[in-house]
Amino acid sequence: MTTGKVKVAVIGPGNIGSDLMYKVMRSRYLEMVLMAGIVESEGIQRARSLGIKTSLDGVHAVVSDESVKIVFDATSARAHLVAAPLLKEAGKLTFDLTPAAIGPYVVPSVNLDAVRGEPNLNMVTCGGQATVPIVNAIHRAAGAIYAEIVACIASKSAGPGTRQNIDEFTQTTARALTKVGGAKEGKALIVLNPAEPPMMMTNTIYVEVEDPDERAIAAAVAARVKEIQEYVPGYRVRVPPIVDGNRVTTIIEVEGAGDFLPTYSGNLDIMNSAAVAAAERLAQELLAEGVGG
Amino acid sequence: MSGVKQIHIVDSTLRDGSHAVSHQYTAEQYAAIAGGLEAAGIEYIEVSHGDGLAGSSINYGRSALTDEEMLKAAASTMKRAKLAVLLIPGIGTQEDLKMAADNGTRTVRVATHVTEADIGEQHIGLAKKLGMEAVGFLMMVHMSPPEKVVEQARLFESFGADWINIADSAGAMLPEDVRARVGAVVDAVKVPVGFHAHNNLTVATANSLAAVEVGATYLDACCRGLGAGAGNTQTEALVAVLDKAGYQTGVDLFKIMDVAENLVGPAMHRPQEVRNAPLMLGYAGVYSSFLLHAYRAAEKFGLDPRDILVELGRRKMVGGQEDMIIDVAYQLAHR
Repeated sequence: MTTGKVKVAVIGPGNIGSDLMYKVMRSRYLEMVLMAGIVESEGIQRARSLGIKTSLDGVHAVVSDESVKIVFDATSARAHLVAAPLLKEAGKLTFDLTPAAIGPYVVPSVNLDAVRGEPNLNMVTCGGQATVPIVNAIHRAAGAIYAEIVACIASKSAGPGTRQNIDEFTQTTARALTKVGGAKEGKALIVLNPAEPPMMMTNTIYVEVEDPDERAIAAAVAARVKEIQEYVPGYRVRVPPIVDGNRVTTIIEVEGAGDFLPTYSGNLDIMNSAAVAAAERLAQELLAEGVGG
Repeated sequence: MSGVKQIHIVDSTLRDGSHAVSHQYTAEQYAAIAGGLEAAGIEYIEVSHGDGLAGSSINYGRSALTDEEMLKAAASTMKRAKLAVLLIPGIGTQEDLKMAADNGTRTVRVATHVTEADIGEQHIGLAKKLGMEAVGFLMMVHMSPPEKVVEQARLFESFGADWINIADSAGAMLPEDVRARVGAVVDAVKVPVGFHAHNNLTVATANSLAAVEVGATYLDACCRGLGAGAGNTQTEALVAVLDKAGYQTGVDLFKIMDVAENLVGPAMHRPQEVRNAPLMLGYAGVYSSFLLHAYRAAEKFGLDPRDILVELGRRKMVGGQEDMIIDVAYQLAHR
């Protein structure tokens, strides 16, 4: 048995990248070794003050560091399109938190096994991470014909990236409801709510099913929620599955861990937590093979 | 003041009005009502699901026709009037807008919550690229003070909006609230300003008049006062009132009355009257589209719809959060 941790780099020292850094720092399987940006920034200083190596050479610093095995890219779709081929060539397993989606979508509680061996994994959207697992649980229990989700997030936790390309959210999430969730058809809606104090991320999940077996659906959802809670402790059911004809309605909320981002930013937290959870699973396998340490 | 002031009427019977018929207008109704509105001299005819393009869903209610089918049906009887659509970013996308443009839509109103105009920049930009008239539409303005409404209206103007529409989506404002917000926006932007009222407190027409008094030149209305909640300003009544107040609309009063009576009336599912629940929407400041969903949830969970609406107001829910009606009803029923 090899012990130790797999070395990790984060590209993009913004709010998402900083939160990822804190999550990696408390991981049993991952070691935060490099924070890469392109300009001197608060995020770079934060990493430095925590004793993490930093670089302003962006993706180039990451590919030239042979010790790094896993990379989180928290930059932008445009930057990731440039970085992805370089990271692949350097043999880094990359988690893409941008909308670039070069590689397949990954949702830890659903399809981690199916994407094993892929060099680049996309984290879908916050709404996707929050709702696809439930759609998939209902699909396995009852057969999903149509899945529709409404994600409501606090205005304060919707950054400029989301705001300037809100269509990207609805389209990517809808695609993941079918591709990963298993529904034949998917639709996603997003609402920003500016209430103060900021509201928790809330997701309503409607699924029209082939076989509305109430007990099977309730059991499947409860089991799936427990799995998600292992990596997002603040993931909670507000309204357990209500079966009405062939329609199942479930409402969940996501409270963030508050590593770096405020707890109401459950939307940002669940994407980061999902990325780190997926990385940890794959890191355990690397460690077993003797890589890392 | 020289000359008679011209007010542009946007008839939304076939968009906001579709809430009142749970989005079940038939192709024949779209065609007949659009043709009638055009013949009466209406300048803009808005056609969409009540929640805009792509609004047909479990959350907002499925429409009988697809967006494309309803636009084609309405366009089939229109020549001069401008076919308009509503697009709420987060629901409708640029793809939907391209489809609308391909089907003869000339005006798009991009609607966001009063504090969130920046999520509409992309859609305004695309509309201008497609050669369409683009409108920045701010919803639920009663929730923000005039300065905030001005800030967001300016944002829409900076994106290239041809005019700004101020919407009292909860029908919660009194004429003085309208004057404060619409007047401030008129003073702050170079483009024209419009106003969209709901009749939950029975002051939709008075509020519309207050808006034109402070400089609004576009007004929304629906025949028979259809619309979400207690409905919108009643088109035929608004035309009569504006005429008496000395404004020009280009609309023939008798003809629009006939459209209301003979074409829209038969399509109605229930009388558009201000009953307790819609009154409560205005009083509690809740998004008007929540009404029929609240009735359904109240029945399912054995509650008084007023309790649901008051709780939604207390939680500061915004437009589009119809799903939270289930949440509130569930929590109230399991208390």
